Amino acid sequence: MDIRREELLRLYYYLKLARKLEERATSLYHQGKILGGVWTSYGMEAVSVGYGCALERDDVAAPYFRDMGAFLARGISAKRIMAQYLGKKTGVTGGKEGSTHIGDLNLGVFSFPSHLADNYPVGVGAALAFKIRGEKRIAVTCTGDGGTSRGDFHEAMNLAAVRKLPIVFFCNNNQYAYSTPLRLQMAVNNVADRALAYGIPSKTVDGNNVVEVYTAAKEAYTVARNSGGPTFIECKTMRVHGHSEHDSAKYVPRELLDAWKTKDPILTMERYLAGSVGMKQEELDGVTAQVVKEIDEAEKFAEESPYPDGTDCFTGLYATPIEEE
Amino acid sequence: MKEITYLEAIKEALDEEMARDPSVFILGEDVGVYGGAFRVTEGLIEKYGEWRVLDTPLAESGFTGAAIGAALMGMRPVVEMQFADFISCAFDQLVNVAAKNHYRWGAATPIVVRAPFGGNIHGGPFHSQCIEGFFSNVPGLKIVAPSTAYDAKGLLKAAIRDNDPVIYCEHKYLYRRVKDSVPEEDYVVPIGKARVALEGKDVSIITYGAMVHTALEAAQTLGGNGISCEIIDLRTLLPLDKKAIFNTVKKTSKVVVLHEQTKTGGIGAEVSAIISENCFGYLDGPIIRVAAPDTPVPYSAQMEEVFIPQTKDVIDAVEKLMRY
Ligand SMILES: Cc1ncc(C[n+]2csc(CCOP(=O)(O)OP(=O)(O)O)c2C)c(N)n1
Repeated sequence: MDIRREELLRLYYYLKLARKLEERATSLYHQGKILGGVWTSYGMEAVSVGYGCALERDDVAAPYFRDMGAFLARGISAKRIMAQYLGKKTGVTGGKEGSTHIGDLNLGVFSFPSHLADNYPVGVGAALAFKIRGEKRIAVTCTGDGGTSRGDFHEAMNLAAVRKLPIVFFCNNNQYAYSTPLRLQMAVNNVADRALAYGIPSKTVDGNNVVEVYTAAKEAYTVARNSGGPTFIECKTMRVHGHSEHDSAKYVPRELLDAWKTKDPILTMERYLAGSVGMKQEELDGVTAQVVKEIDEAEKFAEESPYPDGTDCFTGLYATPIEEE
Repeated sequence: MKEITYLEAIKEALDEEMARDPSVFILGEDVGVYGGAFRVTEGLIEKYGEWRVLDTPLAESGFTGAAIGAALMGMRPVVEMQFADFISCAFDQLVNVAAKNHYRWGAATPIVVRAPFGGNIHGGPFHSQCIEGFFSNVPGLKIVAPSTAYDAKGLLKAAIRDNDPVIYCEHKYLYRRVKDSVPEEDYVVPIGKARVALEGKDVSIITYGAMVHTALEAAQTLGGNGISCEIIDLRTLLPLDKKAIFNTVKKTSKVVVLHEQTKTGGIGAEVSAIISENCFGYLDGPIIRVAAPDTPVPYSAQMEEVFIPQTKDVIDAVEKLMRY
């Protein structure tokens, strides 16, 4: 697949934006400015940048918590996300939620409920709505390798397959679910093997190669959009940091981490852009400068934003409040 | 006005709402060609097609989650649990996704989950449960439980038009046993409003679902003995119509709370608690709960009869309270 130069730069931009935003959030966490935890997609950014950038405007994503690239690519701004980390009123959820529990229906993003794989059936439901209404839109959803062990993962895949719904399933296979290695998570060799049971075609791609993820996503989206039914895409990558910023991940063998260091998705993309594509270093530096500026502004915006009122706690429970006489 | 059964009322509500609004659709097990285990959706697939009356795989969590996703995209799904008991498989989607969407991120989730609940049909432990108590501790959900055909139709229409997730508890025992008048024209019964099923002055029986009919029977006998009962049919169990509850307490000063669900932590516990918190000064005796014992629902008729509150249990409770 030929990807236009501007699109390649867009992929690179979101890789960098996700990386810088999460690095900044991590640093704020270590300064004690973040109330809750910070879970990042460090070293795995290509997964959600790839599938997120391949979507069309009217499509919908039902991500999981390590999908910073998709949140950004769908148009949720770094400012709103940074304010969310700090529990500010200007955050995506106005302080109701923390970290990457963000969604915005206007931008076609469903919020992630902590319960892993819950968004699999919910994403399927969006695809069902498109199918019922005969719209040419698709839904995508993503979860970690651990999440694929939950019933909701299987129920969703089966439902989508039976009804040939326009959805593409992604798995960020980063080898670990918290401390649990893949071999204790499943007895199949590839997460993609799980799709076989549902009659869903699958593909395993290099999750550190954004172009590969993007290309596989685009192909599967075209199939789904043209009533060809769902595809499952396993993105093999590695969680090179701890599960969250408080986790040193001592349980991961050092050799494994070292083996993956050279495969960093940003370095991989830079090598590709400078090599095969022939982009100049200045062009890449330009992207970096823009990203740093954006993150600085986002941090400033978040820091200067007001906190919500304690009594906001009472607002927004119902969409149709019960009228009291 | 016309006379229809409780079951017909539910079916009419579904049919009329589907005709009125193309975003309304039904999904669940065997709801299509078969017309549902209780035949509530019979004939609808012929009328609306297989994409608006969807037979799903046997996967309550999966299809409830899918209903939520479709609702987020502007649809108004009505999920049928084949028996309310199986709603436990969808607990996570309802409690963690549907109930919290609007609070967490401002996304309305207009789904209705129809839950054929309750016993007295010899269904045993897994086909007779009352499930309302499992969910009444979940902010963000709404729970309704009609006892008449009129309310069954009006509440289902209100639930479908509501923008929040509503668990619609339809009592299986009432499907073909209850028949009453409904208007020819469109109407809704507002969510959040109880009704006075019988006016009285000596004692209040606060109840819902099939037990409304048990209460009415008891009231008839008690009336013959000179005790005038007021019966409050809660209709909405979450959130409770506090005003209606307090009004009846202020009127009679004596309260029996009656339900078919097991006693501990049931709706009756909450009703009792809000009365004592808010109307203690009006009370003229203890609040008595008549409810199922804290066991699973037994199968044998002999045991099920002991398990489910009977007219005599209500009469005994009221007489005891009157002697207080
Ligand atoms: C249903 C559920 N159980 C437990 C947790 C707690 N938890 C949060 S992340 C995590 C590990 C997730 O592993 P995986 O799905 O592989 O995703 P990864 O973190 O590796 O991206 C666990 C156990 C949860 N969020 N949801």
